[in-house]
Amino acid sequence: MAKVLVVTSGKGGVGKTTSTAALGAALAQQGKNVVVVDFDVGLRNLDLVMGAERRVVYDLINVVQGDAKLAQALIRDKRIDNLCLLPASQTRDKDALTEDGVARVMEELKEKFDWIICDSPAGIERGAQLAMRHADVAVVVTNPEVSSVRDSDRIIGMLDSKTLKAERGERMEKHLLLTRYDPLRAERGDMLKVDDVLEILSIPLLGIIPESQEVLRASNIGQPVTVSNISSAPARAYIDAAKRLQGETLVVTIPADRRAGLFGKLFGRRAA
Amino acid sequence: MNILSLFLKRNTAPVARERLQILLAHERAVVGGSDLVAVLREEILAVIAKHMQIDPGAVRVKMDRNQSLSTLEVEVDIPAPSGARPGDKPAETAAEDETPKAKVA
Repeated sequence: MAKVLVVTSGKGGVGKTTSTAALGAALAQQGKNVVVVDFDVGLRNLDLVMGAERRVVYDLINVVQGDAKLAQALIRDKRIDNLCLLPASQTRDKDALTEDGVARVMEELKEKFDWIICDSPAGIERGAQLAMRHADVAVVVTNPEVSSVRDSDRIIGMLDSKTLKAERGERMEKHLLLTRYDPLRAERGDMLKVDDVLEILSIPLLGIIPESQEVLRASNIGQPVTVSNISSAPARAYIDAAKRLQGETLVVTIPADRRAGLFGKLFGRRAA
Repeated sequence: MNILSLFLKRNTAPVARERLQILLAHERAVVGGSDLVAVLREEILAVIAKHMQIDPGAVRVKMDRNQSLSTLEVEVDIPAPSGARPGDKPAETAAEDETPKAKVA
């Protein structure tokens, strides 16, 4: 039975696209058939983060409007066979996405894949609502920072009212993915702690992605972080999160990158 | 920055946590209020529809909440009955207040 997952946050820049790519790749690496769908029409970036920007021919809107078949628009990942990307359009307007058209594409995707991961645009407008419309599961990406937590709260409210699942009176499964977390700063009392965010948002925790330079390095070279460096701290956190999405019960930890040696201690601090 | 302020420097995370708790308690109430408007809209529509034929899209309910004055605005378009004289008022507007200070919308 196919599952539709929306990666959403309200606020921009918190790591939706990074998380979509990493979770999609991790689920595929765990043997599932996965498609990641970019809903950010006009500002697509999932193709770039996945390293497929030069292979885009047709996009979601072409399929929605019947100008291309789904199979023509899907881009198969070069490293992971069972991972596909359905890119967004870069030139069209968000209004080109119709609700019926998206519903049709979703039905077709459900026949081919185990997981359909929808990368939501920022904001709470039409684009974000269409991305969450068909979801069975939602991953709410949040930074331990006041504006992000506030926007996540708003998005949680919308997940409970504007989705098909909510309208049918069913309970939307929601998970918190806390990204860019710095345990040292939280311990010092200068960053909201995991428990603070959990208490405020009161949804279950899917994972904690520690702040790490590996995330930027991965997007620089167009690879999901679980592919570029599978043993890095963020990759391990995403891999565990993907396992939890499949129902595994794992204790949530905050993985740490290898401790910096003397060289790193002397010169690595400049980046902090 | 003097030496004293170095010692008095507070942790900032508890401040963030408290601000969020206060803010979200307020915002959730407001968003809950918009659900109330939807419920009111449906029920008002049902009551009127018992007595006359109206277009389900022609009922608008608006609620404004301020510190001193809150208003509930209900606007219903009643279609002119067949053979109605031109000049009949097509719409009826009512306003009710939750506070004693009256304001007609």
